[in-house]
Amino acid sequence: MIPELGHFALVLALLLAAAQAVFGLVGAHNGDPRWMAAVRPAVAGQFVLVSAAVGVLIHAFVSFDFSVLYVASNSNSALPTFYRVAAMWGAHEGSLLLWAWILVLWTLAVAAFSRSLPASFASRVMGVLGIVSFGFLLFTLYTSNPFERILPAPADGRDLNPVLQDPALAIHPPILYMGYVGFAVAFSFACAAMLEGKLDQTWARWTRPWTTLAWCFLSVGIALGSWWAYYELGWGGYWFWDPVENASFMPWLVGTALIHSLAVTEKRGLFKSWTLLLAILAFSLSLLGTFLVRSGVLVSVHSFAADPSRGMFILAFLVIMIGGALTLYGWRAPLLKSAAGFQASGREAFLLYNNILLVIAALVVFIGTLAPLVNDALDMQAISVGPGWFTSSFPYLVLALAVLVSIGIHAAWKRGQLGAQRRRLALGAGIALFIGVVLVLVVYGAGDWRSMLGIVLGSWIIVSSLLDPIDRLRRRLSLPRAIIGMTIAHMGLGVCVIAVSTVEAYTIERDVALGPGETVAFGRHAYRFDRIEPVEGPNYEGVRAQITVLRDGLPVAVLHPEKRHYWVQRSTMTEAGIATRWNMDLFVALGEDLGAGRWSIRAQLRPLIDYIWLAAGLMALGGGLAASDRRYRARRDIAGSDAVPAAAAEAT
Amino acid sequence: MMPRHKRMALVGGIVLGVGVAAWLGALAFQANVNLFFQPTDISAGKANEGAVVRLGGMVQKGSIQRTAGSLDVKFLVTDFKHTVPVTYSGVLPDLFRDGQGVVARGRMQNGVFVADEILAKHDEKYMPPQVAESLKNNPPPPDPPPSGT
Repeated sequence: MIPELGHFALVLALLLAAAQAVFGLVGAHNGDPRWMAAVRPAVAGQFVLVSAAVGVLIHAFVSFDFSVLYVASNSNSALPTFYRVAAMWGAHEGSLLLWAWILVLWTLAVAAFSRSLPASFASRVMGVLGIVSFGFLLFTLYTSNPFERILPAPADGRDLNPVLQDPALAIHPPILYMGYVGFAVAFSFACAAMLEGKLDQTWARWTRPWTTLAWCFLSVGIALGSWWAYYELGWGGYWFWDPVENASFMPWLVGTALIHSLAVTEKRGLFKSWTLLLAILAFSLSLLGTFLVRSGVLVSVHSFAADPSRGMFILAFLVIMIGGALTLYGWRAPLLKSAAGFQASGREAFLLYNNILLVIAALVVFIGTLAPLVNDALDMQAISVGPGWFTSSFPYLVLALAVLVSIGIHAAWKRGQLGAQRRRLALGAGIALFIGVVLVLVVYGAGDWRSMLGIVLGSWIIVSSLLDPIDRLRRRLSLPRAIIGMTIAHMGLGVCVIAVSTVEAYTIERDVALGPGETVAFGRHAYRFDRIEPVEGPNYEGVRAQITVLRDGLPVAVLHPEKRHYWVQRSTMTEAGIATRWNMDLFVALGEDLGAGRWSIRAQLRPLIDYIWLAAGLMALGGGLAASDRRYRARRDIAGSDAVPAAAAEAT
Repeated sequence: MMPRHKRMALVGGIVLGVGVAAWLGALAFQANVNLFFQPTDISAGKANEGAVVRLGGMVQKGSIQRTAGSLDVKFLVTDFKHTVPVTYSGVLPDLFRDGQGVVARGRMQNGVFVADEILAKHDEKYMPPQVAESLKNNPPPPDPPPSGT
């Protein structure tokens, strides 16, 4: 009975989403305040209903209701409670419901914090969000109802996919979806501005915090997924150019371009059409990511759905949403011309260059990810794009970006006059060169030139981003959160460039066959295989090895990699043994029994790898600080808001 | 408004940059696309000796051979019409086993496919789509009921 209530709640939510879209868009079009007044209650009602559906599904999981097909497929009586809750979004149906719920959550936030916006604009934003919500709820109900029953109910469930039974992965989807879906808000703001036919600097100021916040969540979500793949899949890397990783990386790259383009639109009233296009693209790529992951068109660990009707539905939805938005863009964007010009060495220009690089980077990922699909659809020779495609192009894009960021940080708005900053530029470059050269020559030794350059340029970004705040402190100027946030996020980029360069150039990795007592040497380090013994967990059994890492002959870490065999799904999982040091990770994954008492072992030393995830955290923290800047919260008189107060304009 | 020639230089620079990037991109793409073959294609000699390609199929039951205590492993990949012998040295992915789908990257050398990567990016039920397609047309001989797994 309870699961049917959840189903019913979803149907009602679908109707409310339709009401929200109609009242929002038609009401604003006719300028009818009574219609527009109905939008917020529709949003609130939808939130209650979708939350109820989510609650019902979690309840079904927690109370072992195996008569619900989705629960029976993704849970088991031996599954711990934490994972029974997380199993709610562990597979296709539930993760769609989670998508819909997060969308309603964002919409609710928009409804709550948009009271100072003009009524017609706010209802248009919520109207567009209503269309998105309607599409996703319809998709859930029509193709992937999580409340479907199975009769007779099985005695026990088929268990959650063991690779998903992990804390990082349990929270990875909600955070990633907060990012994906958050771009729906930027998308709706863009559509609303086009519908209004008015896009000014105030619009950009309203849109910025939402977009930045979504971008923060996406950064953390991607990092969590990468971290999980590192220690759970036993592959021992941070990024594999797997199509599903790429699916989340494309909206991130375009989203990064968008938050910078929005800055220009807010400060200078430029790049209006470009900003709109990026807002449309960022959300389109989020939808495409959902499509790629959920339709099963890509073969990868994440594609747990393989139902063509779902794929067709998402594809149609994608065509309607993106096609509709782009049509609107083609019709309305020419009205929204930018008035002013800018100089080739002004901050606007640098942000434009960085936008171009980021969009090219997204295009590279797009081509590499979709070329096999296009080939397949055209019935040509089946191909796959190897990681070489990405690794042979990305380093150059990132290095160029690093140079532009380091210089562009010093450029002033409007009139570039970088010449005036010559001393600061030279100082920053000098310090960075010193740090980089010391790091390369003293600590790590010469390696690949791109990595050595990366270490220098990464240091340059960090030094450059610190110079301006330090200067402000010395001149006793105020340091608004926007600037602190920007500095931290840029330092995050610098840390990321250094860490990736170091990992790429100085990782030592080898697959070896070891028996008890045998040792493999890695420079000053050595891995000694001590013993192997059986282990048993709540829903698995397996073996556990003890491996001691020695440095200069002295033990520095004891690792316990495991090989687990999960009973219910009959699948084998690798649990890597990792010891984290401040400057490197000692990693070992257990392979299989090779006979003759030996086991295959993947042993690695990865310098600075943890700083990649730390960098993502810094970027998200910086974004969060910038999004919480006072000037976004201050309620302004809307009528006279076109003139940005000088203080705010000067701030970033 | 900045002077016309300055703007032209900017636009020209951007066009040039994009052009060079596109050219480099096309080169990189050509160098990194791996063709995907089934055992039947390999038997027909479609894969050039020494060219890096991907081979997809099923691991033939009972064909996995190990040298005790070493990382070297040999097995046969089949599409139930033809088989290709594969050699690999390294840690195999968790999902690699008898009778399951597999995708290997490597090259043909003297009639043997020397793999440098065995892909793990599939689940229990996964079968390379091309293999599934060809199985639909030519069902494999019935297997004895699986024991254990």
